[in-house]
Amino acid sequence: MGFIDRHILSLMTFLPLAGAAVILCMPKGKDNIVKTIAAVASFLPIPLAVRLWGAFDQTVAGVNVENQFQFVEHYSWIPSINVEYFMGADGISMPMLILTAIVSFLAVIGSWGIQKQIKGYMALFLLLETGMMGVFASLDFFLFYVFWEVMLLPMYFLIGIWGGPRREYAAIKFFLYTLLGSVLMLIVMLALYFNSINPETGGHTFNMLHYMQQSTHNAWLKGFDVRILLFLGLFIGFAIKVPLFPFHTWLPDAHVEAPTAISVILAGILLKMGTYGLMRISFPIFPDVTKWFVIPMAVLGVINIVYGALCAMAQSDLKKMVAYSSVSHMGFCLLGMAALTPAGMVGASFQMFSHGMITSMLFFLVGVVYDRAHHRDIDGFGGLGAVVPVYTFFVTVAFFASLGLPGFSGFIAEAMVFIGSFGPLKTFVIIGASGIIIVAAFHLWALQRVFLGPLNPKYAQLEEINAREIFCLTPLALMTLFFGVYPMPVLNLMNTSLVRLVDVVKMVM
Amino acid sequence: MHLGNLASLTFFLPELAVTATILLLILVHVAGKSRYSAAPALLSLAGVGAALLLVALQPASPGRLLFEGMVALDGFAIFFKALTALATIVVIFMSMESRDLAGRTQTEYYVFLLSVLLGMFLLAASTDIVMLYLALELVSIPSYLLAGYLKGKESSTEAAMKYVVYGATASGVMIYGFSLLYGLTGTTQMAEIGRALAAGKAPLPVFLAAAMVTVGFGFKIAAVPFHMWSPDVYEGAPTPVTAFLSVGPKAAGFAVLVRFFYTVFASPDAAAGMWKLPPSVDWTLLFGVLSAVTMSVGNLVAINQNNVKRLLAYSSIAHAGYMLMGFVLLTPAGLKAILFYLVVYLFMNLGAFYVVVLVANGTGSEDIADYSGLGRRAPFAAVSLAIFLFALTGIPPFSGFIGKVYLFAEVINRGVYWLAVVAALNSVVSLYYYARIVKVMFLEDPKESAELPVPAFPRAVLSLLAIPTLVLGIYWEPVARVAANSVRLLAF
Repeated sequence: MGFIDRHILSLMTFLPLAGAAVILCMPKGKDNIVKTIAAVASFLPIPLAVRLWGAFDQTVAGVNVENQFQFVEHYSWIPSINVEYFMGADGISMPMLILTAIVSFLAVIGSWGIQKQIKGYMALFLLLETGMMGVFASLDFFLFYVFWEVMLLPMYFLIGIWGGPRREYAAIKFFLYTLLGSVLMLIVMLALYFNSINPETGGHTFNMLHYMQQSTHNAWLKGFDVRILLFLGLFIGFAIKVPLFPFHTWLPDAHVEAPTAISVILAGILLKMGTYGLMRISFPIFPDVTKWFVIPMAVLGVINIVYGALCAMAQSDLKKMVAYSSVSHMGFCLLGMAALTPAGMVGASFQMFSHGMITSMLFFLVGVVYDRAHHRDIDGFGGLGAVVPVYTFFVTVAFFASLGLPGFSGFIAEAMVFIGSFGPLKTFVIIGASGIIIVAAFHLWALQRVFLGPLNPKYAQLEEINAREIFCLTPLALMTLFFGVYPMPVLNLMNTSLVRLVDVVKMVM
Repeated sequence: MHLGNLASLTFFLPELAVTATILLLILVHVAGKSRYSAAPALLSLAGVGAALLLVALQPASPGRLLFEGMVALDGFAIFFKALTALATIVVIFMSMESRDLAGRTQTEYYVFLLSVLLGMFLLAASTDIVMLYLALELVSIPSYLLAGYLKGKESSTEAAMKYVVYGATASGVMIYGFSLLYGLTGTTQMAEIGRALAAGKAPLPVFLAAAMVTVGFGFKIAAVPFHMWSPDVYEGAPTPVTAFLSVGPKAAGFAVLVRFFYTVFASPDAAAGMWKLPPSVDWTLLFGVLSAVTMSVGNLVAINQNNVKRLLAYSSIAHAGYMLMGFVLLTPAGLKAILFYLVVYLFMNLGAFYVVVLVANGTGSEDIADYSGLGRRAPFAAVSLAIFLFALTGIPPFSGFIGKVYLFAEVINRGVYWLAVVAALNSVVSLYYYARIVKVMFLEDPKESAELPVPAFPRAVLSLLAIPTLVLGIYWEPVARVAANSVRLLAF
């Protein structure tokens, strides 16, 4: 186990890539072998994630102290400009690593039905998984940036080749938006690099943790105006990914046109990278600006909650509705983070974890009905509950989880966000909480239109959900339920780190 | 140290090798039976290969001045000689494959190609403005002939004509600038001109001279507003020639731009780690604007192009703009960034053109629309082209990203943020048109379903271009070190 334990994060990151390489070497026409390899390569990170969870020491914080990070791998990569291969995990990244492992594997299973060019699909998917894992594991900004960008290429092709009717438009729109955010991040990264000093070597550094020690900054970087600009550069980069209003317009297109499993990845994991980036990079490096930026963040969070929910209500396309519900749910994360209280921060992080599971279920479920009916028009169904009871059951579970019913993880997350933010941001919590009503309304209204009422005779013969699809949904449903009743395992995982994060921000004058 | 003419010859072997090859080619042409045989191509390969080897063996330090101070032998010159020789080798491979050139007299083509190479060798090394001018013409005149090599094809003839007219104008303006410098200082030696100018001269004529010389160099690197010739020339010329012009003479243009400005106008300031230009003009702003305008025009106009070659022409204008970013600040780190970028640019740009040649061989077309479904018709070529295009965009994990990081880094280090932001936005714009080709190749269904066969040999060459494009995006330390060393040895 020695080797595995020492390189566990690298293995989680690069095993999928190795799988992709093997797949590319396969001859044509071996579709089932290709799928099996992809399943194995994306499954392997799960036992590793379990091992990670078991071995993780929940009492040390990490965040900005290198020797408190766990499973650290720290090597020189490009010595002449001090780029390092630096990976490590703490309570901020742990839930995301676990979530990525689980959702990616389920998405591969969910892609089993893909007919077109399965080899390319699976290879790109595994490359995407490598990028996602890498983002959550990196502690060197350069490495982080490379992984962040590596995800763009496979995502572009996965939406563009295997997507819906408007896939070309959606793919390039996604690509351009995210690249715009990334180049801003690149500039900020280089500005940080040249204006801070590694205290150990005296040279410049890409090590994020060094940036978090204000003493490494030079006079220019200590200027508040400069810090605001750099913070905003990063913030826009991350906001596009979340996506925050007004940078969200790529999301409905990309989510709707992407094939089911890719929508799952997009909503389940990619969106979290925006909020993760804020927690991992923006907040600890610019704690002073973060405090200054609390109100704008809270405003954006509430806009996301309410505006996303209203947009979701207005949709006639089921998938678009689910996509906008993500916009709304990510608003809760931002509101919780803006509060800068331990409860708010933990709530935001738990919301990321919980929403990753719930929204994955939702997109899987939309895919199920689309595969059979070949449309997603909410008003085009009716009375399906009588025809496909098992499917109806899963949808009901997922919808109730999504609208924040007590007993599901989403409720815990939202409750913690509200409790944590109520002190400092009363008005926003009150407006945001009213968003919950809209969220509940559009879920229930959709449920009613699709599954209740008189049966649409067109769908009297609709096929029931099959075993493979149930296999994808069950673990997610069980986890949502389990963590809704007993969230402590996940909360404990992140608590110490997030308390430290809040301290880091609060301590600063 | 100055070396006399005879003593210089031992340090002049690569140039002699190229010259000998050119003479041999002519002999072969006279003696040979078939005008279309592969012999000239193979002979040129051998000659340039030998020259490259000799370049690699040249001692980089200490820097020497050869032929009574006419040309320099330093790390900087060696770097550019190696770069241009490598580009020429790839272009010879490309020419052997191209259908455009098949059925035309081979020898003359290679004689012209190697003459340009010889000119580039001298251009990168010349330290005297007369020598510089001669070298520049030695690059230009065979280039005109190459651009018009497709006799009977109207666009090729038009290309050559445009190229001649623009080229002659640019070099006329440039030599006028040289005459001003000579009048001001009374010498043709660049280092001495520099010393005389540093002693103080009226700023206006100096600025005029600098501006006029910039016209000549700007023409060679196709910087806006001296770029007008390039789209037409790039579209009309045979594709291997286009590829050659977009890399070789462009690199040599950068070499001479750097050497000339650094030795004539700038004086090294060790304390600030950069060269200082006379303060009468805001050079940083001037070149910063030139760089920003060049990349923006290149990228924005490229969006609307439907011909791949024309699109790549505008893209190469944009890349000249990116590379100028390294020139703006006159720092060693900026120069290093240019050199590094030229290496990665060589692989990715020649690679893209190589695929264009292969596709044109199969479909007879250079329209983007005819690339539809290439991902299925010729997966290997299509994937390679996608790699090259994304590398040109500057997306990790490809080498173009690292090249851009170095260029951005120096600009940001010296606080010219507006230029970094302009360049960053330009990268996003460029994604749009590069991705358009990728989209047509992979996202659209093929118009014809027949497979486009790519023979084994071009496959191998393509791999040799694609692998560095990938590897240099993941591990680039050695190339960065070579680039850094080549800057340090710039002789004054």
